[in-house]
Amino acid sequence: MEESNWEPKVIGFLCHWCSYAGADLSGSARLEYPHNIRIIRIPCSGRVDPMFILRALQNGVDGVLVSGCHPGDCHYQSGNFHARRKFAVINRLLKYVGIEPERVQFSWVAASEGPKMAQVIKEFVEGVRKVGPNRLFKDEKKDGE
Amino acid sequence: MVESSQNDNIEILTYSEVEEVGGYIGNFEVKIRKKARLVDLEKCTGCGTCYQKCPVKVPSEFDMEMGMRKAIYVPFPQAVPNVPVIDKEHCRMFTKGKCSICQKLCQADAIDYEQEDEIIEDKFGAIVVATGYDLFDASVYGEYGGGRFKDVISGLQLERLISPSGPTGGHIIRPSDGKEPKNVVFIQCVGSRDVEKGRPYCSNVCCMYTAKHAVLLKEHLPEVQTNIFYMDIRSPGKNYEQFVQRTMEQFGALYIRGRVSKIYQRGDKLIVKGADTLAACQVEVEADMVVLATGITARHDSKEVATKLGIPYDEFGFFTELHPKLAPIETVTSGVFLTGACQAPKDIPDTVASASGAASKVAALFSSDRMSMAPLVSTIDTSVCSMCKACMEVCPYGAIQEEEITLRDGTKKKQLTVLESVCHGCGACVSTCKSSCIMLRGMTDEQIFDELMAVAQ
Ligand SMILES: Cc1cc2nc3c(=O)[nH]c(=O)nc-3n(C[C@H](O)[C@H](O)[C@H](O)COP(=O)(O)OP(=O)(O)OC[C@H]3O[C@@H](n4cnc5c(N)ncnc54)[C@H](O)[C@@H]3O)c2cc1C
Ligand code: SF4
Repeated sequence: MEESNWEPKVIGFLCHWCSYAGADLSGSARLEYPHNIRIIRIPCSGRVDPMFILRALQNGVDGVLVSGCHPGDCHYQSGNFHARRKFAVINRLLKYVGIEPERVQFSWVAASEGPKMAQVIKEFVEGVRKVGPNRLFKDEKKDGE
Repeated sequence: MVESSQNDNIEILTYSEVEEVGGYIGNFEVKIRKKARLVDLEKCTGCGTCYQKCPVKVPSEFDMEMGMRKAIYVPFPQAVPNVPVIDKEHCRMFTKGKCSICQKLCQADAIDYEQEDEIIEDKFGAIVVATGYDLFDASVYGEYGGGRFKDVISGLQLERLISPSGPTGGHIIRPSDGKEPKNVVFIQCVGSRDVEKGRPYCSNVCCMYTAKHAVLLKEHLPEVQTNIFYMDIRSPGKNYEQFVQRTMEQFGALYIRGRVSKIYQRGDKLIVKGADTLAACQVEVEADMVVLATGITARHDSKEVATKLGIPYDEFGFFTELHPKLAPIETVTSGVFLTGACQAPKDIPDTVASASGAASKVAALFSSDRMSMAPLVSTIDTSVCSMCKACMEVCPYGAIQEEEITLRDGTKKKQLTVLESVCHGCGACVSTCKSSCIMLRGMTDEQIFDELMAVAQ
């Protein structure tokens, strides 16, 4: 794709009980959010293995958004806390390998927060757009070829 | 209660406490301590001679310490079973080592001072938690006297004064001098809707029970004037608003919208100073008696009970339901159900509704030999598992357990297994397992990676 008409491609891992429903709600309320996001439904943010994020970035995705229930509201009691802990660790790794923090974000959005979900996606995509295409692993792949 | 006690399918264990709960839905293993009541349940005929003759008098808990009971007593007249219990703390056999009047007088030979606690261990299919609530302790309100004034009583104390089987035989009199009150002040929202006292929630029942008290007072003492200080009147139940209106119109209750700032004694009267926010002025009422509509709080031991049962509780100690709208009776621990005020402040109709709900849930569960449940549960590939047990730590349900199996050559081996009836399919274990040997059916790593590769194209 030409650099000039590059559009960010981001993946959202959204918890079934809150953010995924929030995204649904924003849709049924006719709120717009950028089509750059591809949503993968997961049972809980605690299900997100750091490998999901790494594998996505490795395959040329420009950003990964993980969104779960508000602290204390996890459908499974503590999944989002486990997610938060994992996220803190992977953040440091990503920084170390040179991934901009804008590319991997974590948010809390409840099922009732349709407008917030749309806003979070909008801001996230804009953030990714600012840092540009994710070349890190793409280039590495080329080198290896 | 009496009807339940006569039902062949119901066994009531009174004066007993659950000590330990193990196992899981359909297979709970429960250890119950049946405390020694020092009276033989089988032999006692309920004649009542023992508590008539017992020489020790103790303030009665059931009568809110406004009346007395004996050291051997039946907590209240309708108690099931109608068999007394000996209060070791006050019984002279235990405080002084001698007495045994009740034993000598008991014709059924039912008194046994040596009786010991009994431990019952049994299996149960489901558990319904109905432990109720505690009353807020109003003595933290210094402005209402902090417990110093005898004639400032709680709503529950007034209930006992009104009751024909209460300490005064149903005569409503002032605790201080036994006179009938002529002017009574009620204060609502005591220990409710008060952020400073750590109780921001509405107790749900006190608006209505205060209205009931105003009606009952007027019926007992037609000369009485009732004055009710309130913040808002919350009467959303069926026919409740009409009841409050009748309390005002037919029973002459004077509702004053505002808080009370101070109560003090003048002679034998209580002076109640407060605000009337609708008339925008200060008011002063000369009262003979003040009734505090104390709110509902979680039981003092609710956290220990929750820990035993493996269920969560909120910041106030009320047990948390699985979902506030869609699963208000279930808890995160399958097979443990909630009913009544242990979950949130509830009045009797709501308590009965939730109790019927819990009973139906249990009946539905027991009506078939198999349980149907969501197929998205975890499974462990034990040939790869290193037994690090990290998954056990993150599982909020205790669904992963250790089991011992016997291999073909006869050696024994420990391994982990997922209790499918307990697993809720959150996947926390999957993303925690370092050897990738635990997978969530329908949401395996491979499936998610495939999805990911497809959308990354
Ligand atoms: C002054 C006052 C007046 C009221 N008047 C009305 C009214 O007129 N109408 C109305 O609808 N509601 C009224 N209510 C509300 C009513 O009291 C509650 O709705 C009702 O009691 C809730 O029932 P429950 O079974 O959940 O709890 P509870 O009545 O508290 O019963 C819980 C029971 O569990 C037992 N228990 C607790 N822990 C354990 C344990 N670990 N092991 C074994 N047993 C345990 C307790 O001893 C208790 O017997 C009033 C409340 C007050 C304070
Ligand atoms: S029910 Fe009425 S008196 Fe009780 S806390 Fe709620 S508003 Fe206050």
